[in-house]
Amino acid sequence: MIDFLFNTTLGFFILTLLKAFALLVPLLMCVAYLTYAERKVLGAMQMRKGPNVVGPFGLFQPFADAIKMLMKETIIPSGANPVLFLLAPMLTFGLAMIAWAVIPVNDGWAIADINVGVLYLFAISSLGVYGVIISGWASNSKYPFLGALRSAAQMVSYEVSMGFVMVCVLLCVGSLNLNKIVMAQQTIWFCIPLFPMFVIFFISTLAETNRAPFDIPEGESEIVAGFFLEYSAMAFALFFLGEYANMILMASMTTILFLGGWLPPFGIPTPSWMGPIWFILKDCVVLFFFLWTRATFPRYRYDQLMRLGWKVFLPFSLFYLVLVAGVLLAFGWLPHAA
Amino acid sequence: MTFLDRTARSFLLSELLSGMSLTFRYMFRPKVTLNYPYEKGPISPRFKGEHALRRYPNGEERCIACKLCEAVCPAQAITIEAEPRDDGSRRTTRYDIDMTKCIYCGLCEEACPVDAIVEGPNFEFATETREELLYDKDKLLANGDRWEPELARRLELDAPYR
Repeated sequence: MIDFLFNTTLGFFILTLLKAFALLVPLLMCVAYLTYAERKVLGAMQMRKGPNVVGPFGLFQPFADAIKMLMKETIIPSGANPVLFLLAPMLTFGLAMIAWAVIPVNDGWAIADINVGVLYLFAISSLGVYGVIISGWASNSKYPFLGALRSAAQMVSYEVSMGFVMVCVLLCVGSLNLNKIVMAQQTIWFCIPLFPMFVIFFISTLAETNRAPFDIPEGESEIVAGFFLEYSAMAFALFFLGEYANMILMASMTTILFLGGWLPPFGIPTPSWMGPIWFILKDCVVLFFFLWTRATFPRYRYDQLMRLGWKVFLPFSLFYLVLVAGVLLAFGWLPHAA
Repeated sequence: MTFLDRTARSFLLSELLSGMSLTFRYMFRPKVTLNYPYEKGPISPRFKGEHALRRYPNGEERCIACKLCEAVCPAQAITIEAEPRDDGSRRTTRYDIDMTKCIYCGLCEEACPVDAIVEGPNFEFATETREELLYDKDKLLANGDRWEPELARRLELDAPYR
C-alpha cells in the first residue's frame, strides 16, 4: 500500500489528492469560522454581542448561513454574459484555493514544496484580480463595473510595493522556497529587523484582499456592493468564501515571511507536531489585526489610496530595499544561494 | 519643527495606533445589546402601538360612533358604520381599522371624546397574512379587554400633560 502510494504515478496522484483534502477541508472550516469571528469581533468593538442565537454562543451561525446560500436561487441578469458571469466566482474561489498548494504549515508539510514558492504565491494573488474584473464586466451593470475598475487599479498598485517588501525578505534568506524562508528565521523573526517592511506588508495585504479601510471596490455606501452586486446564492457564496480564504492566505504569507511560520516564539523548545498549532495561532493573531483595522478605520478615498500606494509605500519600500541590500553587502551578511 | 513633528507622527502611525487602542478598549466594555425576545427596552406611556377599543368598567363599550376618528384619520384607515341599538343608544355596527394603511400617528385617540379608541403599548402583532391585519370591531374590543390594565395606567400617566 505504502509502496503503491509513493512509487507509482497513480499512487502519487491519489496521495496528492488526499493531501489537498486534508488541507482544504480544515481551511474551509476556518473560512466559515472566520466570518463568525469577524462578526463577533466587530460586535464586541461596537459594544454589541454579535451572533449568539444559533447554537451555543451562535457557533452554528456559519452553517445556517451556508444552508441559506445553498437554498437560494442563482439569478443571472438578462444583460449579463452568463458564461463569464458564472466563471468569475469560480475563478476567484479556485485561485484562493490553489495558492495553498505551496504554503508549508510545518517543516516540509506543503503539498508542493517548490523552489519558487514566493513567485507562485505572488503570481496567484495577481491573478485574483481577473475574477474581479471578469465579474464586473460580465455583470453588464454600472456599479459592478466601477467596482471592478477600482479593484483592478488598487490590487495592481499595492502589488508593486508588496513585491519590494518580499524582495527584502528574499535578500535576507537567499531562497524563494517558503520552507527555507521559515527556517532562516530560527534565530530571529524577520518582523524585528524588517519591522517597517512588516507594517507596509500588512497594510498592502489589506489592500490586496480588498479589506477595510481599503474596501473601495465593495464600498457599500458608494457603489452598493461593487463587483459582486449582481451575484446571488452560491455564486455570491463563492466570492465570499474566496475573499475570506484570501484573507487567511495573506495572513499565512505574513506569518511565513515575517513571523517565523511554524517556529515557536522565543525559541521555546516544542515537539515538531506543535508546528501547525503555532502556525495557526500566528495566523489567528494576524487575522485579528485584519478584523481590528476593519472595526477602527473609515474607508479611504480613491485618490488617497492611490497616493498612499504610489507616493508613500513605493518609494519607502524601494528605499528600504536598497538599505537592506547595502547593509547585507557592507557587513558581508549576504546569504549564499544554496 | 512642526514639519518634523507631523512627519514623525504620520510615519510612526501614532494616530492610527491610538485609534486602534481605543477600539481595543471598547472590546471589553459591557455590551449594550438587549437580548430582544427575552429582554425588552422601556416604552413611553405615549407609545403608539396596536389599537384597542376600550370599555367602561361595567362592560359597556365606550365608542359612541361619533366618527371623529374616521374623519381625522390621515391615512383613511378607519371605516365606521353605526345604527341606534335596541335600547335607543347609538353604537357602531362596524368598526374596521386597516392596520396596513395605518401610519400610527395617534390622531384617532386624540380625536376621541370618550377615550374609546387608543393605541396601546403592544408592537408585536406581526402576522403571516395581510388579511389578518384588517382588524374588525371584535378584534379591537378583544385587544381592549386584553390590554385594559396597561391602557388605563398609560392614560393616567399621560393625563397631566393633556
